[in-house]
Amino acid sequence: MRNPKQHNVLPGFGLTFGFTTAYISLLVLIPLSLLMVRAASLTWAEFIKTVASPQVVASYKLTMGASFLAAVINAIFGFIVAWSLVRYKFPCRRLIDAIVDLPFAMPTAVSGIALTAICAKNGWVGSVASIAGIKIAYTQLGVLVALTFIGLPFVVRTLQPALEDIDKELEEAAESLGATKFQTFTRVILPSLMPSLATGFTLAFARAIGEYGSVVFISGNLAYKTEITPLLIVAKLEAFDYAGATAISVVLLFMSFILMFIINSLQFYGRKFK
Amino acid sequence: MTSKIAPVILILLTFFYLGLFLVLPLAAIFVEAFRKGFAVYLNSFNDEYAWSAIRLTLLTAGIAVPLNVIFGVVAAWCITKFEFWGKNILITLIDLPFAVSPVIAGLVFVLIFGRQTFFGEWLLAHNIKIIFATPGLVLATIFVTFPFVVRELIPLMQEQGVLEEEAAVMLGAGGWDIFWRVTFPNIKWGLLYGVILCNARAMGEFGAVSVVSGHIRGETNTIPLYIQTVYDGYAAGASAFAMATLLAALALITLIIKSIIEWKEKRRER
Repeated sequence: MRNPKQHNVLPGFGLTFGFTTAYISLLVLIPLSLLMVRAASLTWAEFIKTVASPQVVASYKLTMGASFLAAVINAIFGFIVAWSLVRYKFPCRRLIDAIVDLPFAMPTAVSGIALTAICAKNGWVGSVASIAGIKIAYTQLGVLVALTFIGLPFVVRTLQPALEDIDKELEEAAESLGATKFQTFTRVILPSLMPSLATGFTLAFARAIGEYGSVVFISGNLAYKTEITPLLIVAKLEAFDYAGATAISVVLLFMSFILMFIINSLQFYGRKFK
Repeated sequence: MTSKIAPVILILLTFFYLGLFLVLPLAAIFVEAFRKGFAVYLNSFNDEYAWSAIRLTLLTAGIAVPLNVIFGVVAAWCITKFEFWGKNILITLIDLPFAVSPVIAGLVFVLIFGRQTFFGEWLLAHNIKIIFATPGLVLATIFVTFPFVVRELIPLMQEQGVLEEEAAVMLGAGGWDIFWRVTFPNIKWGLLYGVILCNARAMGEFGAVSVVSGHIRGETNTIPLYIQTVYDGYAAGASAFAMATLLAALALITLIIKSIIEWKEKRRER
């Protein structure tokens, strides 16, 4: 396993490598492969019957659709937030910078009941929206709100370092060559930020697909309407339908892994073109 | 003219977006918790199930976090101090829990230890309870939170390289001494940050523990699960939010410690 070309005098390779692989194998690799084995023991007809049933398909549509939209919202506003934090000085800037991480630190169940409280008919936001005839809590819009909340830090945190790294001289060069502010932004700044923006977007998207805690309270969990895919896994488990839960999990895992692959490729691409 | 207006608009949008999505929910927790007054708030904690949930959360995090800290340090040492084949695969595996839905993290342990399997029956025959008991909660929590410490340490230790440690070896120091006297002082703030993040997530984990817990009141309900039980139950409102203030306070403390650490780092760089 060890690269023979490299002579390393530091101690502990065998011990640390052994411990690391054992820990990961026991906790992650073996349990996840057992899930696959278990899924493989289902017949194809059984598998399809579960994962392609109308109720489950409706949940994919909601999960993927709301996750995608939430990531788009976060890409736009995350850009604005990151830009303001890096480029401008204003009161409370440090406080704002610190609070961006709140969705990471806040337990999802707590976020869930808090969002439900403000979006319900009598809540701060819900009461304003209901004047316009819009219902947020217990609708698909509520799912979108929860997924936007939990994905908020990703775009900001991936863009911030990239924005700080941008060479001011490039911008100045563009402007001295006669580019307008808008041209400098779209032709010089935006292209160099694209890999980070795309990474942040995909991270938020991937996180939203698997999210459970913050959504179940605000969604109301109406069949065919506001059920997300992770909720259906839990519902199958509670009905002791282990085969069904496994089948849906495999589909959800597959979607997550594709996104993870995209993230890794984007990061590779970003490094290559730096 | 535009150069004066644009910053103002962008800053206002920042305040609006973060105010709407972050400040309002946070404020709502405390307002809802104290809506019926301070006495009602305090009375929410006058419940044996509430206290057993608090104890169970402390116990679960008390086991899961130290194990993940040990793993994090060992794995980061292995990955940053040595070159070996398959390193990138190992790093990808470490990131895996971030890509797996917490619900699935819980499900895998139900599939292994649940009654429907051969192994599960054997456990049952020997009266060992894992699922719907504390060990299952600990396992699910470890799964969900183990990348936090190692993810914090890897970039930090990569940046520091191996020169200082190699010098220590030349001077005759053993592995243990090298770690405590050379590596540890360099990584202690990053490590602390990883630990508090890991802890916040461990105490607040909902999806994964919800699947393995079975929601037995007073036995397998952690604080987040207790919040759900109360929220869905008869009393709703106030007491669920009262318990939520504990976790919200934990989240705020986590953010404060994080900011202090970042501030210290920045000052050291200057």
